[in-house]
Amino acid sequence: MWQIALVLVIYLPLVIVAGHYLYQVTMQQKTWLDPVMNRVDNIIYKFCGIKQVDMTGKQYVIALILSNAIMIFIGYLILRIQSTLFLNPNDIDNMEATLSFNTIISFMTNTNLQHYSGESGLSYLAQMLVITFMMFTSAATGYVACMAFCRRLVAKSDTIGNFFVDFVRVITRLLIPLSFIVALILVAQGSPQTLKGNETVHTIEGKMQDIALGPIASLESIKHIGTNGGGFNGANSSTPFENPTVISNIVEMLSMMLLPGACVVTFGLMVAKRRQKTLFGKQGLVIFAAMSILLLIGLVTCYIAESAGNPIINNLGISQDIGSMEGKEMRFGIPQSVLFTVVTTAFTTGSINNMHDSLTPLGGMVPMFNMMLNVVFGGKGVGLMNMMMYVMLTIFIACLMIGRTPQFLGKKIEEKEMKLIALCILIHPALILLFSALAVATTAGIAGITNPGAHGLSQVLYEYASSSANNGSGFEGLADNSPFWNMTTGFAMFFGRYLSIIIQLAIASLLAKKLWHSDSVGTLKTDNPMFTFLLIAIVLMIGALTFLPALALGPITEHLQIRS
Amino acid sequence: MKAFFSDSKQALKVTLLMFVLCGLLYPFAVTGMAQVLFNHEANGSLIEMDGKMIGSDKLGQAFTSPEFFWGRVSAINYNVYTKEDLVPNAKGETNYNGVSSGTFNYAPSNPELKKRMEADIETFLKANPGVQREQIPADLVTASGSGLDPHISVESAKIQIKRIAQASGLSEDEVNDIVKANTDSRTFNVFGEDKVNVLSANLDIYKKMKGK
Repeated sequence: MWQIALVLVIYLPLVIVAGHYLYQVTMQQKTWLDPVMNRVDNIIYKFCGIKQVDMTGKQYVIALILSNAIMIFIGYLILRIQSTLFLNPNDIDNMEATLSFNTIISFMTNTNLQHYSGESGLSYLAQMLVITFMMFTSAATGYVACMAFCRRLVAKSDTIGNFFVDFVRVITRLLIPLSFIVALILVAQGSPQTLKGNETVHTIEGKMQDIALGPIASLESIKHIGTNGGGFNGANSSTPFENPTVISNIVEMLSMMLLPGACVVTFGLMVAKRRQKTLFGKQGLVIFAAMSILLLIGLVTCYIAESAGNPIINNLGISQDIGSMEGKEMRFGIPQSVLFTVVTTAFTTGSINNMHDSLTPLGGMVPMFNMMLNVVFGGKGVGLMNMMMYVMLTIFIACLMIGRTPQFLGKKIEEKEMKLIALCILIHPALILLFSALAVATTAGIAGITNPGAHGLSQVLYEYASSSANNGSGFEGLADNSPFWNMTTGFAMFFGRYLSIIIQLAIASLLAKKLWHSDSVGTLKTDNPMFTFLLIAIVLMIGALTFLPALALGPITEHLQIRS
Repeated sequence: MKAFFSDSKQALKVTLLMFVLCGLLYPFAVTGMAQVLFNHEANGSLIEMDGKMIGSDKLGQAFTSPEFFWGRVSAINYNVYTKEDLVPNAKGETNYNGVSSGTFNYAPSNPELKKRMEADIETFLKANPGVQREQIPADLVTASGSGLDPHISVESAKIQIKRIAQASGLSEDEVNDIVKANTDSRTFNVFGEDKVNVLSANLDIYKKMKGK
């Protein structure tokens, strides 16, 4: 338990520093990288013909969708012809059409759901040119969308910021330098980084062992920093080459927690800096606290469930003092595995260092519920935007109860915004529950289920929760490389990502155009502990109301079964 | 319409540039630095013995001989195979299907999990007379997530010492020392678990047996 607390303590100063740096990058203030990066950026702007003019919300979204569409198109092409290209020392074949569709949507939407296995499904070139590339660009896309959103909340005009400038700045000033450093730390810990093909060694028992190598560390670092989560190898961060030691495990966890948390700090600074210099910003702190409390509730639940072990294994007479070890790695044990599981689903990265399918029923329900809420920090940028939907909903409900006009940061929240907010909040559960219903009602869907009983439903729910939340982890037992699963999860990821971003930016545009009212005595305060409490209550209530019936049939039933 | 074309052109150019920057330059730069600074690790931490590569520091291996420590259960047999495993049977299937990683993904309630564990417990008890069922730690009979876990818990190593000593001709004290030498404690005494690296322990046994 101590080691979990220690990691969280290390996290706090890091996230504040990162938040301040992110603020400087976003608001085009001076940073210490400027002397070098300004020149690099200018060359890029010139080459790409980027006119550094401010865009309206609508123009911003169009530029975002256009560039993502082009990336999807070219990436798909590369996957389909990878066997004929260079850097393919292990002779990997081309990828099948529906699997390519799923893979490319998965990586462009920052989901990184993988229905293929890296060792046998992708050439080194595809790993770098498609996967690593998209890890950068999808993370940058989510982040710039969030910053466009936040800027509009505090601005008095809808014409602000240029998509291409933001996009380039985030990649050159934040993602690449950070990934480079983390990649080298991972190599030092034992993650391979080579372009040579796989190795076959001869064991001392006279047998052979194949060892899968590749440019793993460079993918591994951006995989976590960009909250992507797609592994180089099939078993993701549980494989020793992706996550060799407990140090690399902590570095990877901190990497994925860093930027989603920093986005909240940045937002807090944007709101607060209108008045004075500050370390955190009250409004940001309120949201950060709400997210942290939700994270801790999940963490404690999961830790207790996994430490208690599986009663069926106890019945076999085996000593389970170290907890439920099926699907876990010895070097991590329960504490490091549980923390990774909760972090990767709260921050919607989706990398795994233990197999979630083999978690105890309640231990597995925590990651599932994190993704169903999709606001416990959430993915890079988009998590904060989702939480802002709940913030405004909370304001609306609270103001209705006390008979005030709902107002957030000086802007009135009215009918049009509320309709969009409600729609935005409903998309996520609708995608999860409707697709799950479709899957269990069709033979093609049921064909994927591999564990009997209530756990089979959990597998289905988890897969769509992961897709729609753009997480990408899985109850990996699911036999999901079939046209049905490739297509349905592809659509869930696509709509979960782009519909949300479009609606959220539309809401921000509407608010940006409104008149600014100064706070009066009657205005609901949104930057005090009371509001944190209200926010948590609303998030849990909506989450519980929508998902409890499904959870009762899945993990809760399984829990009762193995304990009876 | 004009704005649309201008946007598309910028988007296309940014995409192409990022392909080069993030997809090629960045991984090549990391590869170059890594190969210079951490050459051994960057190439897979391979272990060489008598001029031959025999494994990797970081990856586990399947061991079945009684004189060696046995590792955790692996769904992919640690990618270890013999020539016979590559020969197709009547249906054209082979025992070994190429390098992979992963596990069984059994739910805690899956009856297959119980069946697999019972069989493994039986095998272990038969090979280690004198060991009681309650003494077997959970990590030894549960599958690792990657199928490549290089470690077992210290307890799991200790209950194998007697068998190894008998089969290898080493004394129990010698094997005990090998366990101690290959135990990695928690990092900074806090992070992770105490664990024994199976391959490096077995290499020590192998060398000692050769020396006798």
